[in-house]
Amino acid sequence: MSALLEVEQLEVGFGSRTSAVRGTSLTVERGETHCLVGESGCGKSVTALAIMNLLARGGYRRARRLSFQGNDLLKLDDRGMARLRGNAMAMIFQEPMTSLNPAYTVGSQMTEVLRRHKGASQRAATDRAADLLARVGITAPGLRLGQFPHQLSGGLRQRVMIAMALMCDPQLLIADEPTTALDVTVQAQILRLLAELQRDLGLGMLLITHDLGIVARVATRVSVMYAGEVVESAATAQLFADPKHPYTQGLLRCVPVPGKQRQDEPLGSIPGTVPRIDPGFEGCGFRERCTFADASCAHAVPQQTAAPGHDYLCRLAP
Amino acid sequence: MTLSASLPAIELKGVHKTFRVKGGLLGKDRHVVACDDVSFAVPQGGVLGLVGESGCGKSTLARLILGLFDPAAGEIAVEGQRVADMDRKARARLIQPVFQDPFSSLNPLARVRDIVAMPLKAQNSFDRGEIARRVDEMLARVGLTTEMGARLPTELSGGQRQRVAIARALVLRPRIVVCDEPTSALDVSVQAQILNLLAELRRELGLTYLFISHNLAVVEHVASEVAVMYLGRIVERRPTQALFHQPEHPYTKALLASVLTPEPGLGVPDVGLGDVLPDPANIPPGCRFHPRCPVAEPRCSSETPPLKPRAGGGVECLLVP
Ligand SMILES: Nc1ncnc2c1ncn2[C@@H]1O[C@H](COP(=O)(O)OP(=O)(O)OP(=O)(O)O)[C@@H](O)[C@H]1O
Ligand SMILES: Nc1ncnc2c1ncn2[C@@H]1O[C@H](COP(=O)(O)OP(=O)(O)O)[C@@H](O)[C@H]1O
Ligand code: SF4
Ligand code: SF4
Ligand SMILES: [Mg+2]
Ligand SMILES: [Mg+2]
Repeated sequence: MSALLEVEQLEVGFGSRTSAVRGTSLTVERGETHCLVGESGCGKSVTALAIMNLLARGGYRRARRLSFQGNDLLKLDDRGMARLRGNAMAMIFQEPMTSLNPAYTVGSQMTEVLRRHKGASQRAATDRAADLLARVGITAPGLRLGQFPHQLSGGLRQRVMIAMALMCDPQLLIADEPTTALDVTVQAQILRLLAELQRDLGLGMLLITHDLGIVARVATRVSVMYAGEVVESAATAQLFADPKHPYTQGLLRCVPVPGKQRQDEPLGSIPGTVPRIDPGFEGCGFRERCTFADASCAHAVPQQTAAPGHDYLCRLAP
Repeated sequence: MTLSASLPAIELKGVHKTFRVKGGLLGKDRHVVACDDVSFAVPQGGVLGLVGESGCGKSTLARLILGLFDPAAGEIAVEGQRVADMDRKARARLIQPVFQDPFSSLNPLARVRDIVAMPLKAQNSFDRGEIARRVDEMLARVGLTTEMGARLPTELSGGQRQRVAIARALVLRPRIVVCDEPTSALDVSVQAQILNLLAELRRELGLTYLFISHNLAVVEHVASEVAVMYLGRIVERRPTQALFHQPEHPYTKALLASVLTPEPGLGVPDVGLGDVLPDPANIPPGCRFHPRCPVAEPRCSSETPPLKPRAGGGVECLLVP
């Protein structure tokens, strides 16, 4: 059986000047959480939007393969894609207000999805909405259904978003930094909820984050992105135990871990900043910051395999 | 000016601050509690980490200490002088801020050099040569080149802009720096650079920091003591090691439980708080944490917890000895 979501050599650009994603490949299997991690601007959101065909005006995508449950998404027209979105493939965003309409109650927005995609009756849709709100840990679902988004706290809105994404029983959930705007306690609650739902419903999840703590705790598989490319991909335990790409190694040293560092010792850091990647850029995007860089890094860099299922993009031997 | 080393760098006694928020079309005005009876002292050379969830009053406390507005009640002193009694110039020589957002806190139309020179010029007591010398020295110290001094903030990365903000804060050689989420807008690789720089500067210049962050791992790395704020009150304050190893307040415990360290296989912990979120305009009676507290008892909704002293701080919970 083909994987739930297969992305091969995805490229995304905006106009002729920015090349935002440069040949990204990743696979999400049923029942797994695949984390896409990287620093701001590396192309995480653009990758998600390209998969959903929701790129902003002027954005274009190209891919060798983009398939969902074996169906070619590149061949679907807008109507076909609209039928999938919010239905078999659902997405939640960092800022819930981007997908909640301030003018309608939570209840009417949640039931609308189900009526549109599945032709459910209002009564059945309301029941399902109330069930799902309870399922995502909202204590008074009846009350919340009648409220407007601005009457809810950030944490409650994010729960509503998740419940709404689940209305039509999706197979794939793409979550773009779903907890970045939340307090740490609420973040832990929402992530725990997502992990539980993912397990109970057998969802495939593509979770986008910049936080390695989140990756370690929820991911089955990790892809590390830098300057528009996936530079390393491995099973979670493998990636943390034996990172191969110099960027992944550097990133792991930057994260302070309570009880692990001494205060009088500096944190590991990566000198310099992310370069601008113009179309036609060649070679390793990390070379200006990499302590191992040499002249060969300015040319095409090989993809190497460290172990089965553990690939990285660097000239250095495993 | 010589200062007795025993004077605390920052001292707050019974500080209160509320804001009146307009209630909209039909609603009544609401009183938002931002600081409620806050008292603490930070010794010279210390780093007080201040943590708590969004809206609990951290930035308000920072602004009060900076003298950007006045408390409704209570006393605030830095290096033994009442903030309210100092004029702006004197205050600027003693205490300086570094804010979260290097994008909005720097004038987008001014060159980096001029931004860093501003505090010196505002003193009206330095000649041009002295200003140029100090600016150059400061830029170099925070790792910016002379060429970058000629740029506009929009021509710099986030981390470089935060270096500019740090240079501007330190150019007058203040004694105290109030850092309000100084690395929250930065990527982790750049966050590490800035945290290392702040630590170096503190050691070299003997600075005192008030360091606000929502990232507990960062606070553990930089702070010598930590204050946990909940709905305007400091509910626990302890030396860093004690707070991280033997937290006592249930809210502190929940905060620590929600830290997701990069250790695979541990899963996401259950922090034990419900879905009710606090409303600073509607403070619950008794212990203000009781609607969310996983170990609350009936009396918690009517009795106000007293401060129970601890070495280097205290805890406000009815259930701790
Ligand atoms: N100028 C103001 N007018 C009215 N209310 C205000 C004002 N400044 C702050 N508040 C309110 O006071 C409370 C404390 O705000 P403060 O900015 O100190 O929170 P904080 O702890 O810094 O939060 P964050 O983590 O989001 O930065 C909040 O409820 C806030 O809405
Ligand atoms: N609508 C757009 N127009 C032009 N460039 C864009 C647009 N959206 C994103 N980009 C660029 O694409 C790159 C990747 O952005 P994004 O995927 O949002 O990053 P992140 O990894 O932080 O989610 C960035 O350089 C960004 O500036
Ligand atoms: S390819 Fe070269 S520059 Fe890139 S990560 Fe490997 S060694 Fe460093
Ligand atoms: S006083 Fe009661 S409600 Fe408050 S923190 Fe202690 S146990 Fe919880
Ligand atoms: Mg993004
Ligand atoms: Mg704040």
